[in-house]
Amino acid sequence: MSVLIPATLAQALSALDDAPSSMVLAGGTDAMVEINGGHRRPDSVIAVGRLAELRTWTHDVISATLRIGAAVTYAELEADQFRRWVPALSQAARTVGSPQIRHAATLGGNVATCSPAGDGLPALSALDAIVHLVSITGQRSVPFAEFMVGPKRTSLRPGELIEAITVPVFAGWQGYAKVGVRNAMVISNAGACLAVDDEGGVRLALGSVGPTIIRCSQAEAFAATVVDHGQRAVSEADAVEFGRVAASEARPIDDHRSTADYRRHAIAVLSRRLLRRAFPNG
Amino acid sequence: MSTATREGTIKGRLGDSPPRPDGLAKTQGAFAFAGDLSADGFLWGATLRSPHAHARIRGIDLSAAWKIDGVAAVITAGDVPGKPTYGLISKDQPVFAADVVRYVGEPVAAVAADHPETCRRALAAIVVDYEMLPPLFDPERAIDGSHPPIHPDGNVIRRQRIITGDQSLQGEVIVEGTYELGMQDQAFLGLEAALALPDPGGAGVELFVATQWLHEDRGQIAACLGLAPEEVRLTLGGVGGAFGAREDISLQVHTCLLALRTGRPVRLAYSREESFLGHVHRHPATIWMRHHATAQGSIQRIEARLVLDGGAYASTSSAVLINAVTHVQGPYKCANATVDGYAVRTNNLPCGAMRGFGVVQACFAHEGQMDKLAAACGLDPVEIRLLNAMETGDSLITGQVIENVAPVAECITRVAALPLPDAPVGGRDGDPLDLPGGAGLTADPAHIRRGIGWGVAIKNLMYSEAFDDYATARCTLSNGVASLKFATVEVGQGFVVLAQQIARSVLGVDDVVLEPIDTTIGSAGSTSASRQTWMSGGAVDGACRLVRERLFELVGAQYDIEPVQLAIDGRDVIDTMGTLRVSVSAATAGIELVETFEHHHRPTEELDENGHGNCHTAFAFVAHRAVVDVDPELGLVKVVQVATAQDVGVALNPLSVLGQIEGGIAQGLGLAVMEEIIFTDGRVRNASFTDYLLPTMLDMPTVVAALIEHPDPMAPLGAKGVGEPPTISSTPAIVAAIRDAIGRDLSRVPVRPADICLP
Ligand SMILES: Cc1cc2nc3c(=O)[nH]c(=O)nc-3n(C[C@H](O)[C@H](O)[C@H](O)COP(=O)(O)OP(=O)(O)OC[C@H]3O[C@@H](n4cnc5c(N)ncnc54)[C@H](O)[C@@H]3O)c2cc1C
Repeated sequence: MSVLIPATLAQALSALDDAPSSMVLAGGTDAMVEINGGHRRPDSVIAVGRLAELRTWTHDVISATLRIGAAVTYAELEADQFRRWVPALSQAARTVGSPQIRHAATLGGNVATCSPAGDGLPALSALDAIVHLVSITGQRSVPFAEFMVGPKRTSLRPGELIEAITVPVFAGWQGYAKVGVRNAMVISNAGACLAVDDEGGVRLALGSVGPTIIRCSQAEAFAATVVDHGQRAVSEADAVEFGRVAASEARPIDDHRSTADYRRHAIAVLSRRLLRRAFPNG
Repeated sequence: MSTATREGTIKGRLGDSPPRPDGLAKTQGAFAFAGDLSADGFLWGATLRSPHAHARIRGIDLSAAWKIDGVAAVITAGDVPGKPTYGLISKDQPVFAADVVRYVGEPVAAVAADHPETCRRALAAIVVDYEMLPPLFDPERAIDGSHPPIHPDGNVIRRQRIITGDQSLQGEVIVEGTYELGMQDQAFLGLEAALALPDPGGAGVELFVATQWLHEDRGQIAACLGLAPEEVRLTLGGVGGAFGAREDISLQVHTCLLALRTGRPVRLAYSREESFLGHVHRHPATIWMRHHATAQGSIQRIEARLVLDGGAYASTSSAVLINAVTHVQGPYKCANATVDGYAVRTNNLPCGAMRGFGVVQACFAHEGQMDKLAAACGLDPVEIRLLNAMETGDSLITGQVIENVAPVAECITRVAALPLPDAPVGGRDGDPLDLPGGAGLTADPAHIRRGIGWGVAIKNLMYSEAFDDYATARCTLSNGVASLKFATVEVGQGFVVLAQQIARSVLGVDDVVLEPIDTTIGSAGSTSASRQTWMSGGAVDGACRLVRERLFELVGAQYDIEPVQLAIDGRDVIDTMGTLRVSVSAATAGIELVETFEHHHRPTEELDENGHGNCHTAFAFVAHRAVVDVDPELGLVKVVQVATAQDVGVALNPLSVLGQIEGGIAQGLGLAVMEEIIFTDGRVRNASFTDYLLPTMLDMPTVVAALIEHPDPMAPLGAKGVGEPPTISSTPAIVAAIRDAIGRDLSRVPVRPADICLP
């Protein structure tokens, strides 16, 4: 097995072009598990975790957007400025693994793995993030909802790398909550991200309860009719109904980690609680 | 416990908590665990395992595997030169399945090759022709005989009843419940690993292995290899935890066979996934109990039926069953009992020893019953337990009289006096990480309810039922330095430091050298059953005392003083009736005093068919109180505090005792709320630490511990075993606290979120 540690993004792309079946390695927290478990046996590895081009982020005040390089780690996303700009993503970062994992794990790796349980993904879905892809032949940008096409299935093409992810910086409340069976370092059995956008829309995205991250259009539409932005208020009964509608939009399964019934129930509770956190009055 | 060093103790001696000889290397990552072993020119070994729970092997084709470049050996049942089976109590488990596989993961063949990747390809090239047989997964079908025997020894491994006293007594108050426990894994961090070095010409073999009992391994390995025991030499490889999972043979025979077959060193090591298949687990159990009591709450009679799923092979199931049935009363007085227990064979993973050994199962049930009884009698959990607390001199339902110190009431009252957590729900600084759900940020303090629960336990110490259990140690004293030789396995519990403390205390020396832990001395017995402080501690103490007698004779002769007048004071030998003071190093300059001692505990008896007999050696007691915050809507739990008082006899090394208490509580918490091997049709679904969840720092509560110290006259150093009790009643205490918080009956562990929050 050959391992290439390219110095520039251009080098990485041309190496990938030469050998499109290479394994791209960022923090390795998914990739090494696959290799050690014998599920993947790559002939060559291209390590992108230290590429300066992927390690940066840019906050554009004019457009109120944040562009996050694919190799930015979850530990970095926990930091204060991200908590101000994208609180839900920053909270999601804190729920990932252990400190050791968060120091290695990257947002790009999470997006490329694209597990329905990936903790960064509900926030990207709720924020309508754009995934920037780059290859030797050029760049393209894909809305997250189109990037994730199934459980661990993406529209990434051979020879492409994820370069960055762009999210809007909203002024409104946002948060993420995830249910697992222990209090840290646990795979999500159900997760929900709620964000209030600059038009006052309530956005809700669910993780671990379907083949992809699920945006709850019905619950969002219902919220639009019941929340009071000025008072930051919603009635308890409406919050309960919001949770019920969100749960009805979930498509959970039974597996060894949990049951569909429990996951659906958890979505109802999390969605209700998140809405109440966003609209604590009334 | 505030301090690890007692007043009046001398540095490094009994009562102190000196640094462990293996401590620094372990914390720095420099300690060599068995998985780190290697030898010049070694080959890698690997095991082919059955993908089926129950199937007949019609044929095995090894030809393609042999053809792979780099493959040095491919072996199956036909290559076992000696006894084809092994086992701790009955030898019913094949080294390799010959005609039938009985669980998913059963070894069928093994290979040795130049590289792990070659091994993998060789395993993939072995073709086994299986014919499916109907699997037996339901223990009740093993009992009722409705499934044909899946093993020549039958489907019931052991049935044991206890029939005591009035069989028709009906209490004024009757409470009843059925309790279930899932299969817990020992989940040690240091995976199974061994390195075998063959003697020239195959005359013998040397094995470095992480195990719990070198001599028992040696006997079983030698029998399978067709060698004499002395032709098989074992040295302990660094052990990263055991908890019972290393009592049985796993890779030992395979590694030796491959080394003897190839004439080269062979290293075999399991992955985490393979480890789940490669060792025995805690028995899943279903326990029905009915307690009869007076209106005031005094227990009069217990009826119980226990079914333990032993899986495909017997391992220690019969002994686990005995522990379970003989502990159904818990640490409470009871005169009448009707108990029926089964350990059965199924096509699930084999089960055997795990910390608590049958008592964990019984305790979860009897403590659930105690709370029901308290509620039925209008008492609180403490009152009902104090009312029924056992004392020295009481009889168990087996007729055995408790001769040990039995401070049950004291354990309970000491715990009751320990402070409850002063922080409110959610912690003092409102850190959301302290709420149920932790880092998932699922809850706000207003969602949470707090509960308090109790668990109290009795645990037998050492082996039972007429087993002649002993431990051996040798002490050499020369130039003021003691050196100790024993085969006592260090699994992390700290015997290595305790042995040094004993030698320092008895002989007045500072330097104690530990010789390699291997089979060049007599057996030390197993590092299990909370027994090594008592047994090997007794052996080291005995050997050191013999040496000290020789030392006193020597000094006595030299100075013309009666040896009985001499004593050790600090680092000196002194005359208690005169003025002589001579240092131990001066007294032993240029000479060598060597003594070996074998410590046996008192004999025990087998149970008769009615479950009567003095089957256990000794007992220890413990009480736990758990404070738990619960999110009733999501079913998530945060254990806030566990307070405990434990009957330890004497804390010879207080820090080690605290380590056992905290670790045991972590394991008890795991069983209470998260640890379970999940199966579908005998196939493990969660054979990884991604999905088999162990408690993290955020799941661990604050532990407040009180040590109850009444030296036990039966124990060589006054000290009782402390390893198992912390695990046993912490589980029911935590579950009781969850019940208390949500007002719902919970009868199964681990408690799953849905058990708490869904109808
Ligand atoms: C103990 C442990 C706990 C974990 N806990 C969590 C958790 O709580 N929540 C969670 O969501 N995840 C968790 N994970 C999974 C993992 O940490 C995350 O998915 C992480 O974000 C992966 O990032 P990485 O940089 O390590 O990716 P890698 O492992 O390096 O790569 C993952 C995949 O992405 C591809 N890839 C990486 N970077 C790029 C790129 N720039 N362009 C194209 N493809 C790329 C790789 O080829 C590979 O297929 C855990 C993992 C472990 C081992």
